[in-house]
Amino acid sequence: MRAYLDAIAAGYPTVSPALVYLIGMLAFGALVVFVFILPVAGITSWVERRVWARIQSRIGPNRVGPGGFLQWLADGLKNLLKEDVIPAAVDVPLFRIAPYVVVAGFVAAFVALPFAGSLIIADLNIGILYISAITSLVVIGILMAGWSSNNKWSMLGGIRSATQIICYEIPVGLSIFPVVLLSGTLSMQGIISAQGWAPTSWHMFHSPFLFVSFLLFFVGALAEGNRTPFDLPEADSELVAGFATEYSGMRSLLFFLAEWGNLYVIGVLVSTLFMGGWQVPHFTDNGVVLAVAQFATMFVKAYFWVFVAMWVRATLPRVRVDQFMTLCWKYMVPIGLVNVVGTATMMVVLPQGSIVLRWIMVAMTAAILVQFARRVFFHLRRANYGRLGRISEGAA
Amino acid sequence: MSPLAFYPLAFVCIASAMGVVLSRNPVRSALSLVASLFCLAVFYVFLQAHLVAALQIIVYAGAVMVLFLFVITLLNLESDRGLGEKPVLSAIGFGAGAIVAGGLIAALSRTSLGARAVTLVPTFGTTKVLARQLFGDYLVAFELTSMLLLVAVVGAVVLAKRDGSYEGDEQEAAVPARSEEASH
Amino acid sequence: MSDYIPVLITLLLGVVIVAAMSNLNRLLGPRKMTAIKGEAFECGNEATGPGWGRFSIKFYMVAILFIVFDVEVVFMYPWAVIYRELGVFGFVEMAVFVLVLAVGYAFAWRKGAFEWR
Repeated sequence: MRAYLDAIAAGYPTVSPALVYLIGMLAFGALVVFVFILPVAGITSWVERRVWARIQSRIGPNRVGPGGFLQWLADGLKNLLKEDVIPAAVDVPLFRIAPYVVVAGFVAAFVALPFAGSLIIADLNIGILYISAITSLVVIGILMAGWSSNNKWSMLGGIRSATQIICYEIPVGLSIFPVVLLSGTLSMQGIISAQGWAPTSWHMFHSPFLFVSFLLFFVGALAEGNRTPFDLPEADSELVAGFATEYSGMRSLLFFLAEWGNLYVIGVLVSTLFMGGWQVPHFTDNGVVLAVAQFATMFVKAYFWVFVAMWVRATLPRVRVDQFMTLCWKYMVPIGLVNVVGTATMMVVLPQGSIVLRWIMVAMTAAILVQFARRVFFHLRRANYGRLGRISEGAA
Repeated sequence: MSPLAFYPLAFVCIASAMGVVLSRNPVRSALSLVASLFCLAVFYVFLQAHLVAALQIIVYAGAVMVLFLFVITLLNLESDRGLGEKPVLSAIGFGAGAIVAGGLIAALSRTSLGARAVTLVPTFGTTKVLARQLFGDYLVAFELTSMLLLVAVVGAVVLAKRDGSYEGDEQEAAVPARSEEASH
Repeated sequence: MSDYIPVLITLLLGVVIVAAMSNLNRLLGPRKMTAIKGEAFECGNEATGPGWGRFSIKFYMVAILFIVFDVEVVFMYPWAVIYRELGVFGFVEMAVFVLVLAVGYAFAWRKGAFEWR
């Protein structure tokens, strides 16, 4: 973003460049927040319900707009018209501040998220570290919401959420190190530039260590985003709505807005760290076309992981508290440490990596995906036969 | 660092630090401390120490504050049962505070607070420069930190896991902790 | 420094979103507060005792372990950035650091600090 604004400032020599920068940043920030983050978070809530419905043989919301597409706006409007109840026993100032902290922490994470080669609000030199720092505001906000509600469910939800987020911070951190080791920078754009558009140049396929890191990161990110199978903090069937139990109207929706938006953040982080981010082949010299292609690439990659998170949520049951503690401390932390040491050793032995190893990794992943697709099609065929009553004919 | 940015920020920082001391409710005190630590991180950003700012938020505003909040819920301190009810304790607290404040004033009166011009290299405060210092000049300190962390782990485990059971706690635990047990 | 102005701007935008939405809600929504609505929600039962109960020491244990390992992770960020410059020397440095902490990790495991009981 910096380069664009400097160019604009050069065109108006009478205006102070600092002012141009400030106004430009305000405009771009508002654009990202209101035109990108809020709609994406809202639409994700609709996509999620449609995806679950399909997986559970239901239809899902399909009434508002084409295919129910405008459901998210209707939901927002409905929540806006609901009564905003503040129960008598809550700690009122903290109860009101909590959504501010959660939403501000979530929105500020987008500052360092790359959208395309030149589209990033600010390419901070501590990029990935900044994101994990600013999202720790969300923990504080959730604890605040849970405690201030003066309700047992909220309190349990808040404490569980904080425990879970801090526990999984360690394996997530450890799974980022192999990537940082390879790219030698913390900046998001720097990490993407260290990879190429072809899968063989993605960090994910650098070595088996990186592939395991990628799995650890995705699982850890789901846990940090309070997503199923790690949705203990807001486990509907046991804790009502966890830390958001006492919230009503728009305030409660804002917590969920942050959760859905966080899914996209997770998607962008996975594709940036492990899948080459916005990298596309240099097929044209037209900067705008290239930027659009990069944006589309990034969005598709990120949204693919959002979809996988929905799929996981519709498939897996919730883990128990002791299970997630065991998974974190006894499996993910040691595996993460082994990954860091393994990658460091490999970089001493093979400083440039091995192209043969990369090809083997890609081929193995492709084989797994093909086998998976074959199974899916097999089951689809069988299910269709069943529905049309052709099984008996086939047998005869 | 321009005064326009410094004074409002310093005001917020000191106001939230006052909130820590003056608030009757321990959770509110802890959350004021978060605000104060966050302001300190912003000061680090102003001083070009970006990495340190991020670490300040991760370690203090994130990790340490979560621990404080857990301890408060563990003890279930009620808002009006502070030190104020025991005059001896509040006198000791006041005395200790006065000694620290006196020491600070004495130290400050001997230092000249005039601005010193410091020229910064453009890469000052970046991760690479800090890393070269840490893993070159201050290597011994870094390795000794690992010993310190080891001691911390051992201490925490020994204190919290005495006899390897929590039996004493379970008897006193209130309803939420029970329902936590009952859920599995 | 100027890279961090957008951070401030987006933090403010986040605050603006929440302020706008929750105030609009207060403006548009009904406001009929009753004593029953003001009670803490406990699945339709009357709430017994305060919501702020005491919590188990297990959570405290997790938090303190987290701090120790978080500090370790934090030290590894600068190390990872300049690892290519440090080479074998960097490997040995971090190996010593991690080895000492692995002792602590093994001790905590043996003592059952990772058991949720």
